[in-house]
Amino acid sequence: METIAVNFRKALSVVAIFIFAVGYSQSDPKPLEIFAQGGITVNSYDFKSFAPYLNRTDDTVYVVNFWATWCAPCIVELPHFEKLGQAYKDKKVKVLLVSLDSKKNVEKSLIPFIRKKKLQSQYVLLSDPDMNGWIPKVDPDWSGALPATVIYNGSTGQRKFYEQSFTYGQLESEVKSFIQ
Amino acid sequence: MKTIKILAAVAIVAFVSAFTIPGGGYKVGDVATDFKLKNVDGKMVSLSDYKSAKGFIVVFTCNHCPFAKAYEDRLVALDKKYSKQGYPVIAINPNNPEKQKEDSYDLMKVRAREKGFTFPYLFDDGQKIYPQYGATKTPHVYILQKTAKGNEVKYIGAIDDNHEEPSAVKEKFVENAVDALLKGQSVKVTETKAIGCSIKA
Repeated sequence: METIAVNFRKALSVVAIFIFAVGYSQSDPKPLEIFAQGGITVNSYDFKSFAPYLNRTDDTVYVVNFWATWCAPCIVELPHFEKLGQAYKDKKVKVLLVSLDSKKNVEKSLIPFIRKKKLQSQYVLLSDPDMNGWIPKVDPDWSGALPATVIYNGSTGQRKFYEQSFTYGQLESEVKSFIQ
Repeated sequence: MKTIKILAAVAIVAFVSAFTIPGGGYKVGDVATDFKLKNVDGKMVSLSDYKSAKGFIVVFTCNHCPFAKAYEDRLVALDKKYSKQGYPVIAINPNNPEKQKEDSYDLMKVRAREKGFTFPYLFDDGQKIYPQYGATKTPHVYILQKTAKGNEVKYIGAIDDNHEEPSAVKEKFVENAVDALLKGQSVKVTETKAIGCSIKA
């Protein structure tokens, strides 16, 4: 009897995780393409399909970091975003890592990098050659240099853009200013 | 108490400088500074050396950045097309090799030879010139036109609108700008944006 109870509880939690996952994925914009390799999947967007990630309206602070595997300062600061996402996951803070790697490097560079670093944060690929069209829509002040980060609060509309690298301390203090 | 005040002031200055948004540098219409920088052949190069030039395609680029590399062949093509019409390409590596080893002066020589650069590839020793221009990344182009007031900035931004596929380029921003200047017309698209590698100073 005890085994059945345990199994039932286990089954329930599996169902709960499943519902959570489905509910969660429904709130993500639909990707144009999905890259999959060895259990790692990367959703790929052009700017139009990606844009909802920058304009969510729920009660969460979104930390959106633009990076690429070839960008050395991005790789240096990436662990800070990972640490922040873990430290603040119960405080309605969500980190999204937006890779600007080229599509042809996804299987060669991006997925191996994700596997090696065991990335915990959510990640997507933004692949849109019309950079002059979409860069100013992320922020008019962005010159296009990487790394770059947008932090915004979905419910208050508070939003700030950073064309710079972060230390963990800088990143945390910025994020704190967005938490109600 | 005084120490605390000084400490606070230092902290504020450190904080502000850490968060300064890069927005300085030239705007279209400004007069750009000349420079005297070492070329890969060991000679010093200045814009004023080019007596018969009508202007310049100044590009901040480097050895290591994939976006910069993607444009190397297109820079050679631009120089071949426009240097004889009075707008030579002048490439400058703004990166500090202590921060990015691949961008050392010696490796610039290697890269220029490998890619057959037809234009000077200069080293911004001490990283003093790029901040005056306001370059933030590689590649980052400034088209200058010789005018009565000096080398006037006519265009700032990307080379074209597709770094990945040269065959899929729809708008050749730099060519369009130089063509307009050669015809005595005003440049239609004077500023564009593109992803690039941040300059390592």
